[in-house]
Amino acid sequence: MRLFLRRAVFYLVAAWAAVTLNFLIPRAMPGNAVDAMMAKFPHLSPQAYQALTAELGSGRGSLWSQYGTYLSDLLHGNLGTDLSQYPASVASLLAQTIPWTLILVGSATVLSFLLGTLLGIAAAWRRGGRLDQMLVGLTFLQAAPYFFLALIIVDVLSLRLGIFPSQQGYGNGLVPGWNGAFISSAIDHSILPALTIVITSLGGWMLGMRNVMITTASEDYVLAALAKGLPKRRVVLTYAARNAILPNVSAFGMSLGFVVSGALVMEVVFNYPGVGSLLYNSVTADDYPMLQAIFLIISLAVLAANLLADVAYAVLDPRSRAKGALG
Amino acid sequence: MTAAATTITASGRSAGRLANLAGGWRALPPRAKAGCVILGIFVLVALFGPYLAPDNPSATSSALLAAPSPRHLLGTTSTGQDVLSQILAGTRSTVVIALAAGALATVLAVVVGMAAGFLGGIWDELLSLLSNVFLVLPALPLLVVLLAYQSARGDIGTILVLSALGWPWGARIIRAQTLSLRHRDFVAAARETGERTWRILLTELLPTELNLVAAAFVGAVLYALGASVALAFLGLTDTSQWSLGTMLYWAQTQNALQLGAWWWFIPPGLAVALIGVGLVLVNFGLDELGNPRLRAVPVPRRGWRRQPSRPSDPTPVRRGGRS
Amino acid sequence: MSQRSLLEVSGLSISYQTASGDVHAVEDVGLRLAPGEIVGLAGESGSGKSTLAYGICRLLRAPAVITAGSVTYHGRRARDGGTEILDCGEAELRALRWSEIAIVFQSAMSALNPVLRVQEQIGDAMTAHLSLGRRERRARVERVIDMVGIPRQRLRSYPHELSGGMRQRVMIAMALVLEPEIVIMDEPTTALDVVVQRDILAQISRLKDELGFAVLFITHDMSVLMEMSDRIAVMYAGRLMEVGSSGAIRQAAAHPYTQGLLRSFPSLRGPRRELAWIPGSPPDLRAREPGCPFIPRCPHSADACREVPMSLAAAGTGQPGHLTACPVVAPSPPHGEPAAAGSEVAS
Repeated sequence: MRLFLRRAVFYLVAAWAAVTLNFLIPRAMPGNAVDAMMAKFPHLSPQAYQALTAELGSGRGSLWSQYGTYLSDLLHGNLGTDLSQYPASVASLLAQTIPWTLILVGSATVLSFLLGTLLGIAAAWRRGGRLDQMLVGLTFLQAAPYFFLALIIVDVLSLRLGIFPSQQGYGNGLVPGWNGAFISSAIDHSILPALTIVITSLGGWMLGMRNVMITTASEDYVLAALAKGLPKRRVVLTYAARNAILPNVSAFGMSLGFVVSGALVMEVVFNYPGVGSLLYNSVTADDYPMLQAIFLIISLAVLAANLLADVAYAVLDPRSRAKGALG
Repeated sequence: MTAAATTITASGRSAGRLANLAGGWRALPPRAKAGCVILGIFVLVALFGPYLAPDNPSATSSALLAAPSPRHLLGTTSTGQDVLSQILAGTRSTVVIALAAGALATVLAVVVGMAAGFLGGIWDELLSLLSNVFLVLPALPLLVVLLAYQSARGDIGTILVLSALGWPWGARIIRAQTLSLRHRDFVAAARETGERTWRILLTELLPTELNLVAAAFVGAVLYALGASVALAFLGLTDTSQWSLGTMLYWAQTQNALQLGAWWWFIPPGLAVALIGVGLVLVNFGLDELGNPRLRAVPVPRRGWRRQPSRPSDPTPVRRGGRS
Repeated sequence: MSQRSLLEVSGLSISYQTASGDVHAVEDVGLRLAPGEIVGLAGESGSGKSTLAYGICRLLRAPAVITAGSVTYHGRRARDGGTEILDCGEAELRALRWSEIAIVFQSAMSALNPVLRVQEQIGDAMTAHLSLGRRERRARVERVIDMVGIPRQRLRSYPHELSGGMRQRVMIAMALVLEPEIVIMDEPTTALDVVVQRDILAQISRLKDELGFAVLFITHDMSVLMEMSDRIAVMYAGRLMEVGSSGAIRQAAAHPYTQGLLRSFPSLRGPRRELAWIPGSPPDLRAREPGCPFIPRCPHSADACREVPMSLAAAGTGQPGHLTACPVVAPSPPHGEPAAAGSEVAS
């Protein structure tokens, strides 16, 4: 229980930090964000200006009262009004884009993790085998910038060979909805982005799992399992892998921040209608309210995913339930 | 490391130290050596590249999107600029940013990690909380947001922002190691003789953790490299300055690949990839140094074909198989 | 007295083939284990005793290689004429392991899977070798945990929730669940404090009498062997130095190394005397110097020792089965003076 409380405290603090960071950034940056906004979007109504001012910080009232208003707005789900697509609310725009990112990036990352872990187990168990030797080649995929590989893959598979579409989430002219044509088009458009994500992140998971497996395989309890005459599968999976996967699971949790970063670049490259694209467009359009809100949502999402990973770790490792260590 | 060694020791011992380093080099796993060689090449390019460039990287010409030729070894861009010159000039900025941000992040990681591990108690809790929070916040979006607000998106800004987010990984590792070393005898001995805390950290603990610090440094540089190139590619850094990332930005926005001008897009990306590969190889080597079991399976001696071995294989019986 | 042997090891040699040369961990070792017998394997760290024990079951990992000899098992599930373990395939080996030959590892904390409950770890050995119903399996697990004196509710615990002594007892229970013929115990009490040690040793004796298995007891602690074992084999630098019944060795150890070992352990009873130890350290097992490996540390070494053929011969104490590898020194009681070098003893 103590452990649970500590982790809960951590997540609350982290969430508060994300929220407060979000609040402070526009007020801390040099230059007046509001003036910049007004110059860019001269056609907004006076109420919009007022709301913006309050949101971005040159408004009346002390910093604390602004903070209070900000927090209460948040709790009511009011993330402000978007500028570049005025008068759409930020919240509604986010609601449209989040599912795209979540589904594509989520499944690609999980797939990459699972596949990488399995390959890592296989590579570690057969030292000197083909998978083990492939690792050196995989380092290249790991080291090259994601977008570089992605664009090359796009060039080859999409532009030259024409197998997959290279842009966007679904074909032009289709209306989003639960119909067969849309869904199959969406799937068709998601294969290449997912492929690039899996290819570039596979190496990392595989290498991590392999390294831990090698160390684990030389532990006494694995030797004991072999001495017991247990079938090989049980030794590999229940004795070796089950222990070796623990560091990888916590690494998975810690890497979710990076996964989001990768997703951002991917969506720009593929012009995919997800949160990353939204973020990028907001940056180029200087759409501060949207930027803030996206950052906040992303941070909170990463925290939530981290929480899930922590829970998974606690389920997998009985020792972590007893000790109060934070890792 | 060579410079550090010779300044710390008295001149009389420096000769011995150099010999030690030479032996150290030989002891490095082959992968780490390959990585160091690759990195060394790029550091040289970073240092001397701008002087070796055949053309001014920003100089336009009439040879638009020309394929590689003797005049332009790596072809030209859509405005006739020489790609090779851009690479030679741009490597410096990329390498400097990555190294500087990585170094700064490592320093932060060492300070925070050692403090948390050594001081323990409330300090440990607070610092761990701090680093966990930073770790969990998504880096690139935060970088994007921070850089979006900055009116000046120059190198210094990028370095500061990158290192502000790059230290938590290393801090965790170093904290864990410091925690386990804290109770060792040599630390207790130093305490007993009245050594002040910061001296203990600097002269006793730090040298024993050097391989971890090196690994943290390599990791931080790798991260800074990837992040800075990605940010440049997205057009968020100063696009008027030449770096490998901005080259990729221009290549992409001018649709280099779609126009078939692979020589504009592939070489800078490949250069970044190679620097990354060098770093990853050095990382491999450091991993193996710390954990010899990870070393590539040794080549079996004469007469035996290399066979993959499994932990579950029973001890082989080779009667008369003595050397 | 000539019982049928349960396990016959003969001429076994094991090397570790490393990049910097072969390490000859075990050289030409022969051993016999009779049913229900406790044989102690003594020696300091690096003497090869653990290598020998794990090598018997072929549990050593790369780069270990068995380079000579035979290990024949004559137990209940052996083939007619004995199963040659060194020739077994993987499947046959797996069937033999644990059900016939089980091992109690040295450190229970590291030999137990941290993520499995105790009952699962004891149970899966049964699942691998027998096809029992769940209830019967549970009954056997409970029976064996009762035997080692652990309360049944501990079956649902994880290893880290148990004390050191309890963990070791779980290891023993795990080893006995299939009622093997041979139990190899690798320093089972070294990691425990003395009080718990006594308990565990007493328990092992009791269980042995009850279930009738043979024990190969590996330790560096001669005093334990003196108490527990029927016969003792002393190893040094991968070779057997002396073999005999514990009574014979206690009365008159024949090899200088054994004498040194015995002199370095205090006895609770008897006159006070100065503790002696054996100076120096074990040799590098890569180089094979001619003659006896104990020469540098032996108080009685002579030039002739370099030409000694390292084989075991009768020690001349009149006790049956008392063999020594030293043809030079006469057997002597542990607290007496050994015969001077040069006085030949008829072999």
